[in-house]
Formats: sequence, C-alpha cells, structure tokens
Amino acid sequence: MDYVILVISALLINNILLAQFLGNCPFLGTSKRMDTAIGMGLAVIFVLTIACIVTFWVQYKILIPLGLAYLQTVAFILVIAALVQFVEMFLRKFAKPLYTSLGIFLPLITTNCAVMGAALLIIRKEYTFMEGVVFAVASAAGFTLALILMAGIRERLSVSDVPPALKGTAIGLITAGLMALAFFGFQGVDGALTALVKS
Amino acid sequence: MSLMHEFTKGLWKDLAPFRVVLGLCPILAVTKEAETGLGMGVGVIFVLTCSNIIISSIRNIIPRQVRIASFIVIIASFVTMVQLFSQAYFYPIYQKLGIFIPLIVVNCIILGRAEAFASRNGVIASALDGLGIGLGYTISLVVLGSIREILGAGTIFGVDIMWASFRPFTFMAEAPGAFISLGLLLGIMNAISKTSQS
Repeated sequence: MDYVILVISALLINNILLAQFLGNCPFLGTSKRMDTAIGMGLAVIFVLTIACIVTFWVQYKILIPLGLAYLQTVAFILVIAALVQFVEMFLRKFAKPLYTSLGIFLPLITTNCAVMGAALLIIRKEYTFMEGVVFAVASAAGFTLALILMAGIRERLSVSDVPPALKGTAIGLITAGLMALAFFGFQGVDGALTALVKS
Repeated sequence: MSLMHEFTKGLWKDLAPFRVVLGLCPILAVTKEAETGLGMGVGVIFVLTCSNIIISSIRNIIPRQVRIASFIVIIASFVTMVQLFSQAYFYPIYQKLGIFIPLIVVNCIILGRAEAFASRNGVIASALDGLGIGLGYTISLVVLGSIREILGAGTIFGVDIMWASFRPFTFMAEAPGAFISLGLLLGIMNAISKTSQS
C-alpha cells in the first residue's frame, strides 16, 4: 500500500514537472506536437528508470564505501552521460525501430534535469532500492503525462488567437501555470489515502 | 570595445532566460524569495565564469569527439566547489536551494556557453562572456524572486514592505505562480523589444 501512495504522490501530487520544476527545458521544447511529446516522454521513462537504478548502485556500492560521497555530482552526471550514450548505441544495434522513434531525443536527455533530479531525490529522501525504482518509474510517468497533456493543449493553441508578445514560450509557460494549478487540486490526496489505510 | 560587448550582451541582447530560453528549471524553482534567487545567481556566475576560463584556456588540447564530456566534468568540478562552499558558509541558503545546487551541472546555459563561446574564443573574452551572462541571469532571478516574494508574502529580502492590510497571494509563492509570472514577464520583455525595434 505504501507503494500505491508513493506512486500517486510522485505521479500527481509532487509531479516532477509541475510541482518540482524539473525538466522544463525539454517540456517547453518538445511539447509543440503530439508525436514528439510521446517520443520524448517514452525516452525519459526509459532512461530515467535505468539511470536511477545505476546511480543508486553507484552511490551505495561505490561512493559511500570509499568515502567519496562529495563526488556525487561529478559521478552522477558522468554516469548519466555515459548511460545515455550506451543506451543510444544499444538501441541502434539491437532495436532499430525503437531507435528511429526515440533516437533524436536521447542526446537531449543528458541535460534533462529531471533525470539527474530524480536520481538525487532518491538519495536525499533515503529511499530503499524498491522504493527508488517505483519512485523513478512514477516520476517519469508523471513527466510523460504532463508533457502529453501539454502537447494536446498546445496543438490547439497554435491555431488560436494569442497576443503577439505572448506567442511561443510565454503562452506555453502560462498554460503550464494553469496546468500546475489544476494539479494543485491533488494536494492532500496522499494524506487522505494514508488516513484511509490506517482506519 | 569588442571585449566590453562580450560583457554587456548578457545583460540585454542575450539575456538569459528571456532572450535565450535556457535554464528554466532553477528560475522557476528558486525564485520563491529574492534571497534564494540571489544565492543561485551567485553560484551560476561563479561556475559559468570559472568553467568558461578553464575551457577556453584548454580548448586547443581537448579532442573534438570528447569535448562535451570534458566540459561536463569541468563544470561538475566547479559545481561541487559551490556545493561544499555553500554548505560550509551559507548553510540556510544551501538547505533552501536543495537539489538545485548540484543541478547547476545540467543547467543548459552553462553547457551552452561552453560549447558556443568558450570553446571558440580567448580566455579574457570568455571570462567576460561568463560574467555578463551570469550577471544577466542573476538579475532575472532576483527580479522574478522579488515580484513573487512581494506578491506572495508581502516582503522583499525578508523585509516587510507592503501596507498593513495587504493580504499576500499564496498562489504566487506556489508552483502555478512561478510559471505564470515568468510567462507574463517573458511577454512583457517581448513587447518591449518589439517596440524598441520599430
């Protein structure tokens, strides 16, 4: 049951994009069309999950035993960059269809702060390995959910009459704000669920 | 003259994150108060200037194929310095900024300047470029932080400035306020630059 609450919390209440502000550059960059949004979303789920597993292992099996925890930032970014490169090579060799649909988004993911952010959050919140994996999948799914919803809205926005000064990113940000306001409505759901489980 | 231009372009022409829409996550996340915005800005100025200096001084030694990886390692080293330094001397701000200090590594502005400017220009020009862009980014952070702090809490840098009966909009201090105020600010900037052109 704890996992259910963790999933709901990461997916809706503390949505990585709309409540934690992680991964906004690709969010605004790739949400103009539905197909790119889906591609980016799937690539993020894929890489974020693997990256969180690997960085968890690096933190607890390499950095802490060796007393190198202060190298966390350097180690994590290198692991993520190498991993993205490796995933790209692997997909190109063994899963050509997947590569052609996700390929162009993979290099962008290295500098997607959602990946690094989720990896750091798992360590900071002192999750166990299973909790960490669940959190990673749910966070990435939350990212994809917000991205796809946003793409749907922006496809409509592109044909509507927006004041010239607000065209493009500005109206995108305001739309994201309104979406964040809607997601704000989920606040407190986790507390209610916990109370429900206990009663 | 041209060196001065490298510095001043970051303050208006290439003002981040308004003219070049990069580095949005920190500007949304740490601008609940003007003070955290300023702390973040100072960190970015340091990392950007130092990494620009180092990258431009060794730009001819780095092989082209591994340049991005090398840039990331150099940037990450300076970020670690900022992290340890702020932990030791500015602990309250370090706590408030949380994971956004290590996330300076993935701030696209820094990697963007390394790739677009420092890897092609001399040391002094790169240092000025880093200082200018960093300063522009800091100003943006402080302006947005001030707006949100004034409307969201009625204070600026922790000092009460609004009239007694002022009711703060909690909305501005939360996530939706961050997105919407940045969007409106971006719209205002676009409108100003359009009128100044014509």
